[in-house]
Amino acid sequence: MENESGALSRVSGLFSARGYNIESLSVAPTDDPSLSRMTLVTHGSDEIIEQIKKQLNKLIDVVKLLDLTEAPYIERGMLLVKLDCGGAGHRELIKHLADIFGAKIIDVTPSAYTVELIGGASKLDSFLEALSPIPVIEVVRSGSMGIARGDIALKV
Amino acid sequence: MELTGAEIFVRCLKDEGVDLIFGYPGGAVLHIYDALYRQDDVAHVLVRHEQGAVHAAEGYAKSTNRPGVVLVTSGPGATNAVTGIADAYMDSVPLVVFTGQVPRALIGNDAFQEVDTVGITRPCVKHNFLVSDVSKLAETIKKAFFIASSGRPGPVVVDIPKDVTADKAEYHYPETVEIRSYKPKKTGHLGQVRRAADLIMQAKKPIIYAGGGVILGHGAKSLYDFTKLTGFPITNTLMGLGGYPATDEQSLGMLGMHGTYEANLAMHHADLVIAVGARFDDRVTGNIEKFCPEAKIIHIDVDPASISKNVQVDVPIVGEVDPVLQALIAEIEQRGEPLAFAAEEAWWKQIEEWRAQECLKYEQGDDLIKPQFVVEKLWEVTEGDAFVTSDVGQHQMFAAQYYKFDKPYRWLNSGGLGTMGFGLPAAMGAQLAHPDATVACITGEGSIQMNIQELGTCRQYGLPVKIVNLNNRFLGMVRQWQEFFYAGRYAMSYMDSLPDFVKLAEAYGHVGMRIENPADVEPALREAFAMKDKLVFMDFITEQNANVYPMIPAGAGQNEMILV
Repeated sequence: MENESGALSRVSGLFSARGYNIESLSVAPTDDPSLSRMTLVTHGSDEIIEQIKKQLNKLIDVVKLLDLTEAPYIERGMLLVKLDCGGAGHRELIKHLADIFGAKIIDVTPSAYTVELIGGASKLDSFLEALSPIPVIEVVRSGSMGIARGDIALKV
Repeated sequence: MELTGAEIFVRCLKDEGVDLIFGYPGGAVLHIYDALYRQDDVAHVLVRHEQGAVHAAEGYAKSTNRPGVVLVTSGPGATNAVTGIADAYMDSVPLVVFTGQVPRALIGNDAFQEVDTVGITRPCVKHNFLVSDVSKLAETIKKAFFIASSGRPGPVVVDIPKDVTADKAEYHYPETVEIRSYKPKKTGHLGQVRRAADLIMQAKKPIIYAGGGVILGHGAKSLYDFTKLTGFPITNTLMGLGGYPATDEQSLGMLGMHGTYEANLAMHHADLVIAVGARFDDRVTGNIEKFCPEAKIIHIDVDPASISKNVQVDVPIVGEVDPVLQALIAEIEQRGEPLAFAAEEAWWKQIEEWRAQECLKYEQGDDLIKPQFVVEKLWEVTEGDAFVTSDVGQHQMFAAQYYKFDKPYRWLNSGGLGTMGFGLPAAMGAQLAHPDATVACITGEGSIQMNIQELGTCRQYGLPVKIVNLNNRFLGMVRQWQEFFYAGRYAMSYMDSLPDFVKLAEAYGHVGMRIENPADVEPALREAFAMKDKLVFMDFITEQNANVYPMIPAGAGQNEMILV
């Protein structure tokens, strides 16, 4: 997208105006400062996805669009979760699950651990599920970012 | 030499070839109005309400196929313009709307007459801009005109803070602009054209369904050639009227909710539908589940998002109507074989049977004026050659059904948004664009009151618009639906306390006429249209309970029409 004020609201406005869902959204400037890159996760029938793509392409601020699901792709999001570690055995369980999932404990206080995990949406979901015995104080999740596998690239 | 933003604004309009704009001054645009005052290249028409300015610009644009230009102030100036902007968006009318904005330093501070114009208009514009620096003003204006008038046309809003119009910059108006993300397609994909030609060669029960894109895309001539080459029947949408001559024998008239019996049944039973610059609006398709059950569909449209939006099509062709139709004609001619349809008599025979129903027939008695009769007489008196605007409701449908448009750019109405109050200001725009032409506004006593203040504008600029008011003392289309679907409970559809329209017209310095007898209809029209330099307000007192027939009720299929 053009890296201009208002570009994001044109996209989000289109989704709300036409009744489409945004499951997650992540946007930041790219190595070309005139462009920003957005990864948007949505769902719908083939017809609806086709229509969403056409409508997005109509926006003047959308420079190029790639449907990552048309080829193999990598999805990554970040999860920060703050956990109450006061209960018996909680610290050990958190450490154990963090090892299994490849998460990092990034903040430690006598009463709370904060854990960081990077991965696809389903991995982040599974991690939270595995943590269910532990009282969660707070969860922060980023929108997903995506990139195609191999040499397919979303470049202008 | 450096110019102020206000001077740059005026120079841009001149260099863009704009000679007329519609607007209303206010605090945020005072620098611009001062710059307009100090030059003679761009004329300005002062309306009485900003909504009127936008509809007038639409009337100008629709009757010339050039962008209409509007200038309004910030805050209420911009919000009053929004209905017109949304109207232009729905009907793909090329407009550039300039709105004043509070100075940059005050934006976001809830300043006097501040609104977030870019935010408010975002969902109903093709694109909009906030000009953040005077050095970007000229290029932004060039982009606005380019976007508004290319591809599928539409309104573009340019919001200009007041201090930007006072700042100075070197003037340079670019001849062209490049927008990396915006490259509208002109010609269609040749492979798709061939696939379409295959279907056309084989069709036994074809129909052409032509919409407003034919008119916007300068495609009327090619559409005529294509229709004559194939011999196919053709139906027009409300927005497409005039895109093919209505008096031609291959024309089945309008289709859709109040379309003709023959057009809707031909669509329903067709084996091939060729949609040209049309968007399968719900008023056309009726119940989508029952739409054209036997047909293959070819869809030609410049906007890819219009294709397979409501109805899945078999052969999409993205491109401008005119070059695509020319490519189709060339492809068919080059094959050198007769169409299967050339040996097919059954389809036209069937259509003639439907036509024999005479679904638009009505009886004009001696007592009450039928609204249909007024429109038919209007067509006769103006020899079918007037620019006709309408408002929204029953009179709009009667106008579409009974005024037989043979030329494009003559029928100006609010189709998509259905904006009451469109007719009179649109007629002003058409009259200003065509000073010597006959311009009629078909309206009703409900709609006309939504922008009646524009009678003052007509007076100021000497616009001899002829207003045909079909006055049934009811919000007619609302009343019709209440009769059909709400057991005659006429909630708020009765217009009590109407003004004396004759006196009202006279108060504005115009001529008013009241016509109550059928025998007086034609003489009154002749008298009114003979007054070449006067606005005449003809108040026709019509039958109260007339309904628009035929009608496809909401949710029904095209073959489920109510005839009378």
